[in-house]
Amino acid sequence: MSALEVELVAADRMVWQGEASFVRARSIDGELGILPGHSPLLGVLVEGAVTIDTGGSKQSVTIDSGFLSVDHNRVTIVAAQVDASGLTA
Amino acid sequence: MGAQQRIYRQKSRSVQSMKKITRAMELIATSRVTKARERVVQTTPYARAITRAVSAVATFSDVDHPLTLERENPSKAGVLVITSDRGLAGAYSANVLKRYEALRELLQDEGREVIPYLSGRKAEGYFRFRQRHVEESWSGYTDAPTYEVAKEIGERLTADFIKGAEDGGVDEIHIIYTQFVNMVTQEVQVVRLLPLEVVDAEERASEEELFPLYEFEPNGPEVLDALLPQYVTSRIYNALLQAAASELAARQRAMKSATDNADELLKTYTRLANQARQAEITQEISEIVGGASALADAK
Repeated sequence: MSALEVELVAADRMVWQGEASFVRARSIDGELGILPGHSPLLGVLVEGAVTIDTGGSKQSVTIDSGFLSVDHNRVTIVAAQVDASGLTA
Repeated sequence: MGAQQRIYRQKSRSVQSMKKITRAMELIATSRVTKARERVVQTTPYARAITRAVSAVATFSDVDHPLTLERENPSKAGVLVITSDRGLAGAYSANVLKRYEALRELLQDEGREVIPYLSGRKAEGYFRFRQRHVEESWSGYTDAPTYEVAKEIGERLTADFIKGAEDGGVDEIHIIYTQFVNMVTQEVQVVRLLPLEVVDAEERASEEELFPLYEFEPNGPEVLDALLPQYVTSRIYNALLQAAASELAARQRAMKSATDNADELLKTYTRLANQARQAEITQEISEIVGGASALADAK
């Protein structure tokens, strides 16, 4: 399995887009980790940090409530508001 | 200088200063409309993602969510009217309000009471002048609406919808806004927001592929619970942004034609002033000639 294609979308803009090897977010039930090859999933996210591991570097942002969908290695993280100050690339 | 001439000069000066104002407003609107259009485009990924997710849940779980349920015999209909805060945008707000009146008549003929929700000071003024009841109104942001505003409106509308007509709420909600087609065309649109019709035709046509078998976390109904209010908010946000772009485009056009009109007026007044001056000169000459010949006759 290759990499995940990740899209991080806020209500008013596309925040980040790229490839990653691992995505971590907080869902209602607890921490949620997505690796390549994950089965299709649609989960509700709560306020907290979302970490995207791009292999070398880690991108970390804070979101308010939103949701996450995974299907065929495409991960879409959607949140009303995203604090992208921790984003490096 | 003769009185006539002075009046024309005065008018022409006042037209000139008005022209400066309308020209400035035109330029401001032009620069803002680009930004407003960009903002509409930038929200598309969000709108697409949320629509997709909602359709996916709707496909896989038996949706019987209160927000999607059609009510039998709806008796009250809420209408969100989206206009501008400021005028000088041609018929922009007037068109929306005209459409509102038409919709109100239609709904009343069907036996529904109309409950207005307003966005923009122009709509507020219109209702206040007619002393009509307004359920709720929001204003002060129309040329650059934020997501927070959309959320506030969305929460209020959703809450009233869930309450239902018997408990002082409404049974359905419509939005009237102006859709931005291009710089010259903006169309007033009426859409029903609630109860939701989740899968719109456009989306279905473009997404022939089947949805994968999603797992829901925590479960289908709860995901839907979380998604639908966000979906409603994103619809309202989109309507507000479209309206903002339309408002600025309408203002730009109105101000352009005002500037052109000022140019025409200036030309007319300059000609009239020249004519008056010429008439004055002719009169003076004939007075001098007349006076001279009278003196010559008297000798």
